[in-house]
Amino acid sequence: MNWIDIGPIGDIPLRGARTIKTEAGCVAVFRTGTDEVFAATDRCPHKGGPLSEGIVHGQSITCPLHNWVFDLNTGQAQGEDAAITTFGVKIEDGRVLIDASQLAAKSAA
Amino acid sequence: MKQKLVIVGAGMASGRVIEHLVENAPDAFDITLFNAEPRGNYNRIMLSPVLSGEQTYDDIVTHDDAWYAAHGVTCRFGEPVIDIDAGAKVVEGQNGPLPYDKLVIATGSAPFIIPVPGKDLPGVITYRDLDDTNAMIEAADKGGKAVVIGGGLLGLEAAAGLAERGMQVTVVHLMGHLMERQLDEAAGYLLRKDLEGRGITIRTQASTKAIVGEGRAEGVLLDGDEVLPADLVVMAVGIRPETRLAQNAGLDVARGITVNAQMQTSNPDVFAVGECVEFNGTLFGLVAPLYDQAKVLGQSLLGTPDAFIVKDTATKLKVTGCNLFSAGDFADGEGREDIVLRDPGKGIYKRLVIEDDRLIGAVMYGDTADGNWFFQLIKDGTDIDEMRETLIFGPAFQGGASVDPLSAVAALPRDAEICGCNGICKGTIVDAIDGGATDLGAIKATTKASASCGTCTGLVEQLLQVTLGDAFEMPTVQPICGCCDLTHEDVRRLIKSQELKSQEAVWQELAWKTRNGCHVCRPAVNFYLLADWPLEYLDDPQSRFVNERKHANIQKDGTFSVVPRMWGGITNADELRAIADAADKYDVPTVKVTGGQRIDLLGVRGADLPAIWADLNKAGLVSGHAYAKGLRTVKTCVGTDHCRFGTQDSTGLGIKLEQTLWGSWTPHKVKLAVSGCPRNCAEATCKDVGIICVDSGYQIGVAGAAGMDLKETERLCDVATEQEAIDVTTAFVQLYRENAKYLDRPYKWVAKVGLDWVKARVVEDLDERRRLIEAFELSQSIYRTDPWAEHARQAARYQPMADLTLEAAE
Repeated sequence: MNWIDIGPIGDIPLRGARTIKTEAGCVAVFRTGTDEVFAATDRCPHKGGPLSEGIVHGQSITCPLHNWVFDLNTGQAQGEDAAITTFGVKIEDGRVLIDASQLAAKSAA
Repeated sequence: MKQKLVIVGAGMASGRVIEHLVENAPDAFDITLFNAEPRGNYNRIMLSPVLSGEQTYDDIVTHDDAWYAAHGVTCRFGEPVIDIDAGAKVVEGQNGPLPYDKLVIATGSAPFIIPVPGKDLPGVITYRDLDDTNAMIEAADKGGKAVVIGGGLLGLEAAAGLAERGMQVTVVHLMGHLMERQLDEAAGYLLRKDLEGRGITIRTQASTKAIVGEGRAEGVLLDGDEVLPADLVVMAVGIRPETRLAQNAGLDVARGITVNAQMQTSNPDVFAVGECVEFNGTLFGLVAPLYDQAKVLGQSLLGTPDAFIVKDTATKLKVTGCNLFSAGDFADGEGREDIVLRDPGKGIYKRLVIEDDRLIGAVMYGDTADGNWFFQLIKDGTDIDEMRETLIFGPAFQGGASVDPLSAVAALPRDAEICGCNGICKGTIVDAIDGGATDLGAIKATTKASASCGTCTGLVEQLLQVTLGDAFEMPTVQPICGCCDLTHEDVRRLIKSQELKSQEAVWQELAWKTRNGCHVCRPAVNFYLLADWPLEYLDDPQSRFVNERKHANIQKDGTFSVVPRMWGGITNADELRAIADAADKYDVPTVKVTGGQRIDLLGVRGADLPAIWADLNKAGLVSGHAYAKGLRTVKTCVGTDHCRFGTQDSTGLGIKLEQTLWGSWTPHKVKLAVSGCPRNCAEATCKDVGIICVDSGYQIGVAGAAGMDLKETERLCDVATEQEAIDVTTAFVQLYRENAKYLDRPYKWVAKVGLDWVKARVVEDLDERRRLIEAFELSQSIYRTDPWAEHARQAARYQPMADLTLEAAE
């Protein structure tokens, strides 16, 4: 685990998302209605839609292009045989931290 | 020989320590108790009933003078301790020093004072002890207005107490919902509703800038420069451990005085207990863990091994009539699941959080009778897999057979009330069914059951099913989505009739099954709320599709298109130059003339949007809302200005219509056109509203379509003047906004309600037409603005939050 601070939680809109640029490509960081954070690749496996622009509801994200719905815990798409890669992310003292070791592992792979 | 034990602070924790010592080893210690307050131990958590007048100080005293005397405790009350010399083992009281063998620090906590101008003015008080309570009671006797800063446990108890004593109370809370540490949004909403019902005004997301007044507090200045008048200001934003003595004595202090599991500080002869301590990074504010600490400390002083462990705690608000309960951890997390029960009619909300087949958190509002049972399940870590199906119904339902709703309805007695609004009993409905009313409509017509609020519709249908058996076919109503059982029409109606003005209100009152909806219902509910309550409801960008949130159309490759408005399709060289410059500057790959008489810049990168908007704004161009479920374009021909056939100024009318309607949100997109003569060059006869100019005036057609369906407009009316044409169009759009289902274009909506219904309101009833126009203008006072200008100012939000590729390079 190698936690990197990517900014205050307040920078992500409630029930919204922001992106971060990483070696492994764009990663979307989501904030739910109850202030949990999740991170996943910002690319829908269907047609490449930017998930960070979707609607966050409960612990799910709906892709803005064709409404595929992903569970942010597992990355699994609802009713589809597809998934997005999720990354470790947490809040500490109001800051959002992401697990950089996972990001690095992905870019090496 | 007896050891000398000195205790600093006579609060609930140290009180329990003394009780423990005198019960178990009355001869072990010679106890001296210092207290800065001129009194002994009383039950601080019962100060709220004292404030509200339900109890008196005498009711809440735990240890009186006789008790201390009987147990040989020397009391030095009203005497603050000035210093502790831990090396010499001496406590320096205001009236003289006192040596000790063992010392217990129990200084509790101090209220947190927010550092704003005016915080020290007379009339500003905190809420911590009996003196504060008495000061509040005294102030309340004079009546007037009180502002309570802080919507947590303490602040709300203060607010309720002051309201009970007749003050006009406003609570100012920084966060989005009340008691956010103990409650989720839904319970916070119900609590707010209850408190508002008692006449308390609640202001959330309100930040205090200053307390103003000449010589004494007269008002609270909020961030938006609004001043709330106040004769009394209560600060109840939080507490912090009182650690000054410990710090000066050289003890280890983090946020609180650091103690080990034996409640021992960094000095082996000095112990600490209560709200002033920090254990394993945790601070304590509720009474249950303090009593645990007191017991452990008692054992430690007597040399018996024991250890303090942090346990879950449960919270209840001590405001009579507000029943809420929260325990454990109710944040969402990986592998956690929710069970939610809502009974809007009774104002009940229950939510259980489950992880690995164990209950880990519970939030309840309205009915908290099962709170302790749930709390026990949390504390015991009981495996709940077996009773999961009925868990939320509480202990009474465990072990019983599963409940089938139909057999439950069948078992109801004849005099059971089904429709609360109209007081209709089961027997009346069954008789009506036997008398030939065999569907919902007939039941409504003959008995009035389910004809008002409609929440009993399901019950009535079940009755039909039970009574008629297979002869009854359940109607297939199409709910908005899986999150609720209501149709769009039902939700619209209930938002209006029940005056639901927030998403949280809709989810709670209309029994949503998910916590905050989904991508299907959220945009619809967001629109309904802002259309019906333009002033009260704040548009929620996070409940909009990307195009409306970003004010640009997302393209299949994730880039966006930018379309500036060209009023009535009219532009000029300066605007065209600005568009050409923007196309160059931002490498726009495609520039296209649209069917709506304007120019589309396609392929703009998301991160460039604020900059390109700012550039276009400088040339006077604003958003064309080409992305919006709102007014798109008003297509025109050149009319009398240039055309030899033109009968009226069609371009001028088009511009006026566009300037009236732009920025408004509608159920689906709205496109208009104005043609200057029946040759119809602007193709007005397939638009949502299409106006054809003729010699005698204007022919207004509505409900055309030229998309998935092709349909000619239907004639709404003919009018003589341009102003009437604008009025009728505006009223039509407002009627559509108020009544249509989200994502129904006007032609679909008109087909449902009928053109005559529309005519009756927009054409024939002039009072209604006026009302519609006024309602539209009220909404436009908020929404007739350029969103690009606003978003260009928040450019940072369009950039990545962080760039880890740079970090790696460094």
